[in-house]
Amino acid sequence: MKSLEIALKCHRIIGGYGEGEALVSHEPICFYLTEPETGIVRERSHELAGKNLANKVLVFPSGKASSVVQIDGLFKLASNNVAPKALIVKDVETVLVVSAFIAKVPLVDRLERDPFETIHTGDFVKVDAEKGIVTITKRKP
Amino acid sequence: MKMYLTKEEERILAGEFGEGTQKALELLVAIGDAYDAEKMIPINRAHAASSGQEGDLYFVELLADGDAHCRVPTSTNPVYDIEYFHRLFTSIPEDEAEVARRVMEAYKRVGAILSWSCIPYMAENIPLFGENVAFSESSATPYVNSVIGARTNREAAQSALAAGIIGKAPEYGLLIRENRKGTHLVDVEATLKDEFDYTLLGYYVGKQIGYGIPVLTGISKRPNTEELINFCAMSNVPGAISMFYIPRFTVEAATIEEASQGDIPKDRITVTDYELRQACDELQTTSGKIDFVMLGCPHYTLKQVEEVARLLDGKKIKDGVSFWVCTSATAKVLAERNGYVNVIERAGGHVVVDTCIDEPCWIAYKNKVGMTDSPKCAYYRRFKEAIVARLQDCVEGAIEGKWE
Repeated sequence: MKSLEIALKCHRIIGGYGEGEALVSHEPICFYLTEPETGIVRERSHELAGKNLANKVLVFPSGKASSVVQIDGLFKLASNNVAPKALIVKDVETVLVVSAFIAKVPLVDRLERDPFETIHTGDFVKVDAEKGIVTITKRKP
Repeated sequence: MKMYLTKEEERILAGEFGEGTQKALELLVAIGDAYDAEKMIPINRAHAASSGQEGDLYFVELLADGDAHCRVPTSTNPVYDIEYFHRLFTSIPEDEAEVARRVMEAYKRVGAILSWSCIPYMAENIPLFGENVAFSESSATPYVNSVIGARTNREAAQSALAAGIIGKAPEYGLLIRENRKGTHLVDVEATLKDEFDYTLLGYYVGKQIGYGIPVLTGISKRPNTEELINFCAMSNVPGAISMFYIPRFTVEAATIEEASQGDIPKDRITVTDYELRQACDELQTTSGKIDFVMLGCPHYTLKQVEEVARLLDGKKIKDGVSFWVCTSATAKVLAERNGYVNVIERAGGHVVVDTCIDEPCWIAYKNKVGMTDSPKCAYYRRFKEAIVARLQDCVEGAIEGKWE
């Protein structure tokens, strides 16, 4: 079966290109609550608890927690080469922009379709923030 | 939509003013794009909530190495007094000192005001009414917006520093009048006797509202500086309150109608003595024997240092209990001149500058029981158990070595 590819327009916040397997979180994310060496989410009550963010294209609603810890959290992941390859969010705020800027991770929002309906964990996603295009290849059923 | 940029801004982005300035503007443009800001607007000053964490170090060194220099006065948050703490505690890892030293050196290289204080609006970097500024530090943001009536967004340390370097900020959020309207009504029926009651009020309001601009009514006595500082700091422990109104007492509105720009909020909460007592109970993790007292989160003002000296005059802190007062370098100069530091040290206490309660210098207290008048200090707890109480009780606890 031929895999289905969907291209969607998005809004660039931090430029660059990143591709990888999608990891979808319906809950906000605090990067400080991951293991800095591996990228594994250690926030026990989180829906992604135990999952690994490393090299994924992370789809989530927004960031959370104080600016200092959030920025330091993503920076540490990036320093250890276990940051996500790109970030697709719904609601962006100053701290998340600063975090992605410092960690050099592409960040986009305003997909032309609801990202939570269009992208599922396991899909292969290319984020071309420079061109403002997200390409989704659906996981084979 | 891309933000409008002036010719000079285009040249900065092209690197003509050096890499540090370029990076600073790149960050501000990204934030502007995120919020659909139309343009950058001039700011008069900035406050960078420097922290001595690795992400902070990376960014300030990136700017310093790229020859960036602050175009407007830009003050800095506390890190820790390296000499004082390493002399006293051999348990602090040397590499922590190295990070702190590099952070402090880099802020010096970019020409920041080395205030190392979280209350810079008291002395080192004071905004004026109506000024646009970029103040990070969750307790400074609401103070500047509400008490002074300058305009700032809730900045991260790095976005505030970048704004200080460029002398501009993207125009969005609380820099625009329409976005400064009250969102929640808070009926204060509780009796507010002192600073600690404002601490509890702030904590409770922050927790109930989470994110928004509360309008406080029912307060008949004018709050003083320290009471307002505490409200600002504690409402940002469980919440994110970047602005609030107490009509008549904060500067931007004399009435509820004015504070809410004619659109009176429907969300409404009431605070009585009961809620404040409950908030206080919730903050305690233990009682009994204490190992140390920590005051000055946020940094104590000169007046508060004087109050500590008055309470400790002629007394002795119990053997085995340490007693800390964190304040700004400028306040300490005057506290020394007025003899307060001498009184506190004679009683066995420390008065330290440049130091935040959330820094690695406190590692010796990791497994200890601390008493503080600050829920913020208890929240960032670098120690095991916390008792939160008013200043007089903290001093008594230090003398007795316990608090029941």
